[in-house]
Amino acid sequence: MFYVGIVKVFIRRWRNYSARMALSITVRNVMIEVSNLTKRYAGRTAVDDISFTVARGEIVGLLGPNGAGKSTTMRVLSGFMPATSGTVRVGGFDIFHDSDETRRRIGYMPENNPLHPEMRVREYLKFRARLKGFGWKKSRERVTTVIEQCGLAEVDRRIIGQLSKGYKQRVGLADALVHEPELIILDEPTIGLDPQQIRSVRSLIKNLAGNHTVLISTHILPEVEMMCGRVLIMLGGRVLASDTPENLQRRMAGGSQVIAEIAASPSALRTACENLSQVACIEMAVVEGEFSRCVLTPRDGQDLRPLIFKLAQVNGWTLRELTRSRHSLEDIYMQVTRPRTEDVE
Amino acid sequence: MKIFWTLLRRELGTFFLSLTGYVIIAAVTLIVGSTFVMLIHNMGTKPFAMPVTQLFFNSFMFWLLVILVAPAITMRLFALEKASGTFETLMTTSVGDLQVVAAKFTAAVFFYMVTWLPTLVGLAIIQCFTNQPKLDPGVVGGMYLGIFLSGCLFLAIGCLASALTKSQMVAAMLSLAVGVILFILAYMAQVLPDAAESATGALYYFNLFKHMEDFTRGVVDTRTVIFYATAAFLFLFLTLRVVESRRWK
Repeated sequence: MFYVGIVKVFIRRWRNYSARMALSITVRNVMIEVSNLTKRYAGRTAVDDISFTVARGEIVGLLGPNGAGKSTTMRVLSGFMPATSGTVRVGGFDIFHDSDETRRRIGYMPENNPLHPEMRVREYLKFRARLKGFGWKKSRERVTTVIEQCGLAEVDRRIIGQLSKGYKQRVGLADALVHEPELIILDEPTIGLDPQQIRSVRSLIKNLAGNHTVLISTHILPEVEMMCGRVLIMLGGRVLASDTPENLQRRMAGGSQVIAEIAASPSALRTACENLSQVACIEMAVVEGEFSRCVLTPRDGQDLRPLIFKLAQVNGWTLRELTRSRHSLEDIYMQVTRPRTEDVE
Repeated sequence: MKIFWTLLRRELGTFFLSLTGYVIIAAVTLIVGSTFVMLIHNMGTKPFAMPVTQLFFNSFMFWLLVILVAPAITMRLFALEKASGTFETLMTTSVGDLQVVAAKFTAAVFFYMVTWLPTLVGLAIIQCFTNQPKLDPGVVGGMYLGIFLSGCLFLAIGCLASALTKSQMVAAMLSLAVGVILFILAYMAQVLPDAAESATGALYYFNLFKHMEDFTRGVVDTRTVIFYATAAFLFLFLTLRVVESRRWK
């Protein structure tokens, strides 16, 4: 029995090792590798069998309504809680079995950015650097660096509890950065900030690209469009879509509508448009004077703009606006998340 | 070890930089001080047959203090961090579960011993201004060893209670309840003649009053020491398991 146990342990170690070697050789560029991750709380599945990978240096946005499983995913990724099933690898190390190795590589800022309110900024960051395994000298150096990086120099001796929310958020970010992690996980980093603060936190995060891999969760769409190279849309514990914001928009562009404002008699305009075989649907309204505004939906994803221009030219109508409405990420988000939300209701 | 010292420093920092710490010290000093005053008042000028330390620590006042102070010190340890979310940031750094539990417990014990420091003044007063016989260093040492050991047990209970919940109130109530149960057991051991007489009775080991009486006479019974040490270890071990349990699947 004893020998069998030893052999089993040996085999498991070897598998682990060989898998890690194979992984490091084949996909050195993969930072996060989540496969079939499921997290169940008592009687409730928060994350349901999701898989995705994040390459080194990417900024990925995790998008979804409240309760979609974003925070749970991040908590598992940070190593705070184990997954019910499935594996997560960060930098080639298993998050559960090589917990120490992965924790050293991850800078994690949880939801609501918990800090010790009674400590001073520099003191707190130094304390955190020490906890992350740095010596006195090294932690002092690093703290000075991140304080400058995050624009905390003028408040570094203030008590955290007395700082504004924007500064607190930066302290949280500085904490996530202090041990030079390869991967930074930020759970709703801009929640509750005013627009000015949001902008500064965003630019901070944007500056991290390249040196760090960043995973951000949010339910603010423009944020994702602005910062992230890729979006994962989550709902009900599943990943529904994963692509760049542009690709998602392009995918949706097939049905994009054309808006035209033309000076013509409404009835003539309507008949002219209806005679176009490419137009599936038309909505019209008189805007001002003789101008009418038409919203045209194409039948097969064709771009209607040249046709409309020609139509106006042929009839001698004045054309003052011609635009194609691009689907915003919001539309995509709504479209992706709508059917299931209604199911739930 | 490096991380343990960092954690310990921070834990002690919160005790000594917060108002609650000083409120606890003040309360203990007030109660201990007034007890001493009463003692001195009743003593008059006649020497007593037993050491003064014994007089004080056999009163219920001492146990009342222990039972109340231990939850007040420990309720914050884990519960507050869990409630504020800093527990999550703490556990995702390179710290080990054991380091966290050890640092928090050590800080609590250290602070607890500091709250008892003012008793030294009381002893000094009795020594210098009354006609009581000179205090034996063994008696004083035994007294502080007794405070330390009983404190360890009650603080370990408090740690467990705090690790079990997010609410400081619940943690305090839990450790208070366990403390009261221990106190009742001790009381039973004291009043039931059977348990007191037969050293083999299980209840005998719970006779906290008897333990303290021995300590304050300068008698260190290994059975007692082992009882407190193992009981404290048991509760700390359970605390560690609770902290680890977040990693159970």
